[in-house]
Amino acid sequence: MLTTSEKEQIEKEIRQVPLKKAACIEALKIVQQHRRWVSDEGIRDVADILEMSPEEVDSVATFYNLIFRQPVGRHIILLCDSISCYVMGFRDLHRQLVNLLNIQYGQTTPDGRFTLLPNPCLGTCDHAPALMVDNDLYRDLAPDALENILAKYT
Amino acid sequence: MERPLTQHITFPPLGLRQYEAVGGYQAARKAIRHMTPQEVTAVVKESNLKGRGGAGFSTGMKWSFVPMDVSGPKYLVANADEMEPGTFKDRWLLEGNPHQLIEGMIVSAFAIQATESFVFLRWAYKTAAAEVRKAIAEAYEAGYLGQDILGSGYSLEMHLHTGVGRYMCGEETALLNSLEGKRATPRAKPPFPQVSGLFGKPTIVNNVETLSCIPHIINKGAMWFQSLSHTADGGTKIYGVSGKVNKPGAWELPMGVTVRELIEEHAGGMKNGYRFRGALPGGASTDFLVEEHMEVKMDFAGVAAAGSRLGTGTMVVLDDRTCPVGFVHNLEHFFAQESCGFCTPCREGLPWTEKLLWAIEQGQGRDEDLALLASHAALLGPGNTFCALAPGAMEPLQSALKYFRDDFERHIKEKKCPYGDHIH
Ligand SMILES: Cc1cc2nc3c(=O)[nH]c(=O)nc-3n(C[C@H](O)[C@H](O)[C@H](O)COP(=O)(O)O)c2cc1C
Ligand code: SF4
Ligand code: FES
Repeated sequence: MLTTSEKEQIEKEIRQVPLKKAACIEALKIVQQHRRWVSDEGIRDVADILEMSPEEVDSVATFYNLIFRQPVGRHIILLCDSISCYVMGFRDLHRQLVNLLNIQYGQTTPDGRFTLLPNPCLGTCDHAPALMVDNDLYRDLAPDALENILAKYT
Repeated sequence: MERPLTQHITFPPLGLRQYEAVGGYQAARKAIRHMTPQEVTAVVKESNLKGRGGAGFSTGMKWSFVPMDVSGPKYLVANADEMEPGTFKDRWLLEGNPHQLIEGMIVSAFAIQATESFVFLRWAYKTAAAEVRKAIAEAYEAGYLGQDILGSGYSLEMHLHTGVGRYMCGEETALLNSLEGKRATPRAKPPFPQVSGLFGKPTIVNNVETLSCIPHIINKGAMWFQSLSHTADGGTKIYGVSGKVNKPGAWELPMGVTVRELIEEHAGGMKNGYRFRGALPGGASTDFLVEEHMEVKMDFAGVAAAGSRLGTGTMVVLDDRTCPVGFVHNLEHFFAQESCGFCTPCREGLPWTEKLLWAIEQGQGRDEDLALLASHAALLGPGNTFCALAPGAMEPLQSALKYFRDDFERHIKEKKCPYGDHIH
């Protein structure tokens, strides 16, 4: 069930667009903001409020890389795996992250602290390699900087 | 040398009053109060500004396709998706001077008489999102946005839309689908968005750098803008270089500087111990340029004559210690992952290409694989797929097969990567 606050936020988005359906992505973003990910129930709730079928909403949700259809950790690590970071050594960062967290891409640490995801170019290629943790961008990284960075996120 | 686009870039960026103090919003005032929409479009056309999003189409020409006599809303969208690997110029403009973009959008929207506008910004650009949001609020407060702008009778709303991550959102018709809440798959053209775009209404989509040029063209004129350039394409260009160079970065320079000037002068040459082998001149979906292209002028015609594309003008350098097969594999991995899956050649062909490259890289390639890769490069080329993603993906591959063939052959013959490390 959507909470009152989720419902209100979604209704507000609906009022801004000419068709209810057009608020689909915004609605998914709102649910994810509140719950960190979008469950099957979340899909059904969004479908109800937008008068769409759950399949239709799911087809939108699964298209986008950053709508999560599985539970994720408290902090999301987006590691840039694109070309400038490739040349500048993102694979060493990846190895070190796997060492420190003991998880693979797409997985969450057992304590629910981190989810590790590869991400296309973060647009900071002149400071490659780079990664983001939640809203924070880290650039010009060497593997030995990672431990201290992770320590900031509890 | 004049650097109109970047001269007032600061971190954090200028607020509205500071931006006004350096001449900001003069172009918006001039256009809205003293020019007709047709006059604005004419100046932009005359300036020879070509779109900075990759395709290089004349901006004024594009605007002139908007039917001006239709009723109902028209839209202007700033394409701030910037997910092309190796491209980082729009981030600089968004974070460093968001008011310049907003002013460019106001003038552009006025030219096509749009009543609604959007900044389509990618998820990962958190700082840019905060700065653009703040700048839009300031522009509303100062009366540059909203109803009856500067008492002129012209009204424009502006919204910030943050994406949820997909390279295809940068393709202009896919972007419109995404703004409508749908999957970001491209639309058939015609009709072109200029005639039937967002919610079926006339829509212009322009790149952030393109829009940021507009206030300067209005302030100083078409001839001035043309004079900034070394070539026929008007204006300055934000060029960038990344890879194993001494000073990776981005610089605003006259349109048409040479590859050599960019790499040796601005990027400070190759890092000690590394030799230049090639470069993608304008992001992941452009063909390699190599040593023999050092004197090529980086404008649309110059790079095209050398068999590649200016693209976004931000260059990725391949050095002699990075495996070209691994480099191209990384690119094809990206394209295969980001294919929207809408048309079969791209959906099936890109993962196949990626697998072939991965096998070669790991020393499991077969002699016939190179012919197979070449046939993919042709079959996924222009005209065979629904949008430009797949042909773009084939550009680095086909040129790598041409310029770095020895490397591909050595992998197959020696059954290993001559460069070592390939663990992902
Ligand atoms: C797969 C794909 C991705 C694209 N991504 C972007 C992008 O992130 N930003 C952009 O401005 N243009 C991008 N483009 C180009 C746009 O389709 C369009 O040409 C451009 O936004 C028009 O703006 P301009 O005329 O100012 O260059 C992309 C094109 C394709 C085929
Ligand atoms: S070429 Fe690829 S990205 Fe473009 S429509 Fe076809 S499947 Fe989608
Ligand atoms: S390639 Fe990693 S930030 Fe651009």
